[in-house]
Amino acid sequence: MAVSRNLQGWLLAAPLTAVLAGFLVLPILTIFIVSFWQATEFSIIPAFSLENYQFLLTSPVTYQVFFKTFVYAALVWGLTLGIGFTVAYYLAFHIRSEATRMVLFLLCTIPFLTSNIIRMISWIPFLGRNGLANQALMSLGIVDAPVEWLLYSDFSVVLAFVHLNTLFMITPIFNTMMRIDRSLVEAARDNGASGRQILTHVIIPLSKPGIMIGTIFVLALVMGDFITVRFMSGSQSANVGRLISNDIALLQYPSASATSIVLLAVVLLIIGALMRFVNIRKEL
Amino acid sequence: MRTQGDLELVHLTKRYGDTVAVDDISHIFAPASYVCLLGPSGCGKSSTLRMIAGHESVSSGGIVLHGMEISNLPPAQRGTAMMFQNYALFPHLNVRDNVAFSLRMKGVDKATRHKKAMALLELVDMAHLADRLPAQLSGGQQQRVALARALITEPRVLLLDEPLSALDPFLRIRMRAELKRLQRELGITFIHVTHGQDEALALADECVVMNRAVIEQAGPPREVWGAPRTEFVARFMGGHNVLDWHGARVAIRSDEVRIVASGGIAATASAVEYQGDRVALTAKTEGGEEITALVSDAAFFAQPINPGEALRLGWDEGRLHRLEA
Repeated sequence: MAVSRNLQGWLLAAPLTAVLAGFLVLPILTIFIVSFWQATEFSIIPAFSLENYQFLLTSPVTYQVFFKTFVYAALVWGLTLGIGFTVAYYLAFHIRSEATRMVLFLLCTIPFLTSNIIRMISWIPFLGRNGLANQALMSLGIVDAPVEWLLYSDFSVVLAFVHLNTLFMITPIFNTMMRIDRSLVEAARDNGASGRQILTHVIIPLSKPGIMIGTIFVLALVMGDFITVRFMSGSQSANVGRLISNDIALLQYPSASATSIVLLAVVLLIIGALMRFVNIRKEL
Repeated sequence: MRTQGDLELVHLTKRYGDTVAVDDISHIFAPASYVCLLGPSGCGKSSTLRMIAGHESVSSGGIVLHGMEISNLPPAQRGTAMMFQNYALFPHLNVRDNVAFSLRMKGVDKATRHKKAMALLELVDMAHLADRLPAQLSGGQQQRVALARALITEPRVLLLDEPLSALDPFLRIRMRAELKRLQRELGITFIHVTHGQDEALALADECVVMNRAVIEQAGPPREVWGAPRTEFVARFMGGHNVLDWHGARVAIRSDEVRIVASGGIAATASAVEYQGDRVALTAKTEGGEEITALVSDAAFFAQPINPGEALRLGWDEGRLHRLEA
């Protein structure tokens, strides 16, 4: 009886284990192994070598690119958190009717019905030198000449990132906020808390797990991205994702793998550090 | 009867759209009394409590506490404190910080507020668990913490919204003794909303029975139970039979109904319930009215009666109590 129960447990866990092993563990393992191979312009040599890592960790470009990636991630994180928290707070605490709340939440998801690339590209005619934004600014007399930094700049990269990823912040925060017992807000008010104090002492601490999940989403998406940076910077900025994608385009798979492994390690370290601050397990 | 420290409701009304939850009630609560607001669900007792607390706006009328109109003040400035039905403890704060919350909001420094919080935790016998989180406490312990958190604001009036409903029956009886003790020690007014009449009878200096948005009857528990004014009160407080008697509605206490050999009225026993020290015998009269008699177990088992048997029920005519309307 005990044996069959044991077997039953293994059988129940088997499908997920197989999926994870086949589609997560195996590919990462492959990347890890390839990262120690060597490559020339025309061939890949399956021999163990630390050359890729040596090159990566001694090149100043790596540090510049990683720094740029962190800057993008930090800016996008700050902006999506600010916008996401505000929107979630408005939806959860200001909208009284359940129906309105759902309609407004679905409204937030509408942009996600189109692909990332299309949403990115649609910024281009808006932000371009003769785009809508510049025409509006000039016809209002705010600027004399077209503003150059609107497109193909860090501004447009961050703008597109924020546009693409804010929902990943809104959803988990909204979800945690909806679970906050409304009588806690009343209890805080009964104890003399002002609106701001209720926010800082009750709602923000209790929304932390949602903030953390949103943070993980946004950081992982921004740090792993390459296409947004390429399109929106007009190929003028680089982040780690572009470094990897360039290597792949040049068939430098071992070097791309090594960069990927380093990026993966960095992202995992960041998430690991974040998890120490907030226990999200009770949320999941 | 008015004194300085009264809490007075003046033509207090609460409307939600077209429905009236509280309909023009006026009442004076004496200071330092234990008041139970009693009634079936939806009778307006909770709305009344929440209006006094300031968590519900007043549609019309006023609330006066200690000679001051408070119905437009924010909750914390009214001199009231509320204990919530589910206790509403902050899950991210430990017991000490929960209790000290209102002091923290006022900007009291850490040492002072912790000292005060510990004093209140001492009062409710929870000081030894000050570092626990609410989730690590039992229902009864959470309630003590909620009580300490409400009392730290030094309210004149403590409002309790069905405070015992989440506890098991055994704990409920212990906690209600505790509430009563605290109220006596602190000498402030407790307004306790409940739908349990036994709770109200056990605790209250004054029972306020509400039904359909108005106060049906208010007074000391003995008076409300012993002399119910309306049929609703008689039925809600329990222990009474309501009958038609020579064209009027009357109430007779169940323990005044006796099984008699002759005289009285004829009835057929329909249910026998053994209650330990007593037996509740329900019988149907020829007129179709149900009458319950509470008979001591010794008397009942000396001459047991089974459901379906005929019997005669009698009572002292003078014990009939005439009801209004």
